[in-house]
Amino acid sequence: MSGLSRRKLITGGLAATAGITGLAVADRLAKAYGLVPPDAGGIFGPGETLTYAAQSLLTAHRPAREFPRSMISKDPFAVPIAPPTEAFKKSQALGFSDWRLTVDGMVERPTAFSLADLQSLPVRNQITEVACEEGWSYVAEWIGTPLSGVLREVGVLPQARYVAYFSVEPDEWDSLDMREALHPQTYLTMGMNDGELPVAFGGPLRMRVPMQLGYKNLKFLHHITVTDSMKRFGKGLGSASPEGGYAWFAGI
Amino acid sequence: MATTSPRAISATLRHAAVVRVTHWLTVLAFLALLITGAEILISHPRFYWGESGNANMRPLFSLPLPTSRPWVNNGFGTAMPDGNGWGRYLHFEAAWVVALTGLVYVLWGVWRGHFKNHLTPQRGERSAGALWRVITKSLRGGRAANDEAHSYNALQRATYLVVIFVLFPMVIWTGLAMSPSFTSAVPAAASLLGGRQSARTLHFVITLLLVGFFGVHVAMIALAGFWKRTRAMITGRASTAKEDA
Repeated sequence: MSGLSRRKLITGGLAATAGITGLAVADRLAKAYGLVPPDAGGIFGPGETLTYAAQSLLTAHRPAREFPRSMISKDPFAVPIAPPTEAFKKSQALGFSDWRLTVDGMVERPTAFSLADLQSLPVRNQITEVACEEGWSYVAEWIGTPLSGVLREVGVLPQARYVAYFSVEPDEWDSLDMREALHPQTYLTMGMNDGELPVAFGGPLRMRVPMQLGYKNLKFLHHITVTDSMKRFGKGLGSASPEGGYAWFAGI
Repeated sequence: MATTSPRAISATLRHAAVVRVTHWLTVLAFLALLITGAEILISHPRFYWGESGNANMRPLFSLPLPTSRPWVNNGFGTAMPDGNGWGRYLHFEAAWVVALTGLVYVLWGVWRGHFKNHLTPQRGERSAGALWRVITKSLRGGRAANDEAHSYNALQRATYLVVIFVLFPMVIWTGLAMSPSFTSAVPAAASLLGGRQSARTLHFVITLLLVGFFGVHVAMIALAGFWKRTRAMITGRASTAKEDA
């Protein structure tokens, strides 16, 4: 009996040591390779970190699913938007010709892009699904210019790690890590289903992130800041979502 | 590790430590998943088949429930509390607990012959007729025979195998099939099920089956003696025949 318990004690001790060492090593590796999300604190931190790290490793360089044109939803759904402000209505009356997307932060050439400027960059299209965290979804064609091209235009500094982006709507802001910001399907979207992007769906300019759920796809985009840390933005959790209780990473 | 008779097992432990620890971790995580799953569900209690579906489209079926979001318009108002934020955080954290616990349990079970020795129906019981005899015997309401405190009958074994190797893997698969990120790496996870909304509907149906199992499981334990069986799953020791009498 004493032999058995000693063996158990040694095995248990070794397993515990291996476990703790493994966790410490995993923690160091996760930090070194940017696998810890900005909202990694608190009781949901371990789960969130596991999800973000696993998905980042698993999905590196993968494209979100694309669909044939025949699968475009005839009845797409958009969460009702707040009544537009006077400034927005004025811009809308001008056909959004005065709409500007300012890109600043850790870039060599901070720039304010008009929609025409963005249209002059390579314009691409994708037929992908918008999936809401509530459970519903629709497939649509999205037309726009990849964010990666805009970031190339402004010259992102090497220490940059996140791209924060802001809607004209108050408290609507979010961020992507560099990997997702440079993802070829991450678009600054100006068109939908062969037409202009309707205001109800975020027109004139919407961030399209098909690798993540709907709430990362901010409507009415007007400002982008490139940064090495999300600590200085809001409560430092990476986006407005965690401040409202929602995960920063919305790939699941 | 020769074939141990039920009697020999009872002399030592009814449930191995790994079984007991993984069992209770799974119970905790399952309840967390169930509560948060229900919380997420009420934000859109409509189900669809195929790739996509939303409030503008006709559902396959719709649950007669009030919702937590006003635009679903399910006909029962918006009376439910909205907890999708913490609900989703906890759902995925608990999913990790279930997945990692399940992995440890299955690897251990294969290594130690747990599935072969304790959960595969015994040789004489691997027929429909034998299974039927077990079912009718339990339906006649006889209390579990004393030897069942130490070993599972064929029906129990078959049920546990289905729960462990079919329902839990399926509920994880259908859950992952809803992740836009995961399906970028494994598109077949969604397409094999008929699309994202089919996966969501199946996730719900499999959850109902797991809840059904959970209910029957607890009811059977209550019939056999709730504290006796629960104590066995905590301490590992089954009651002796003397205590039963």
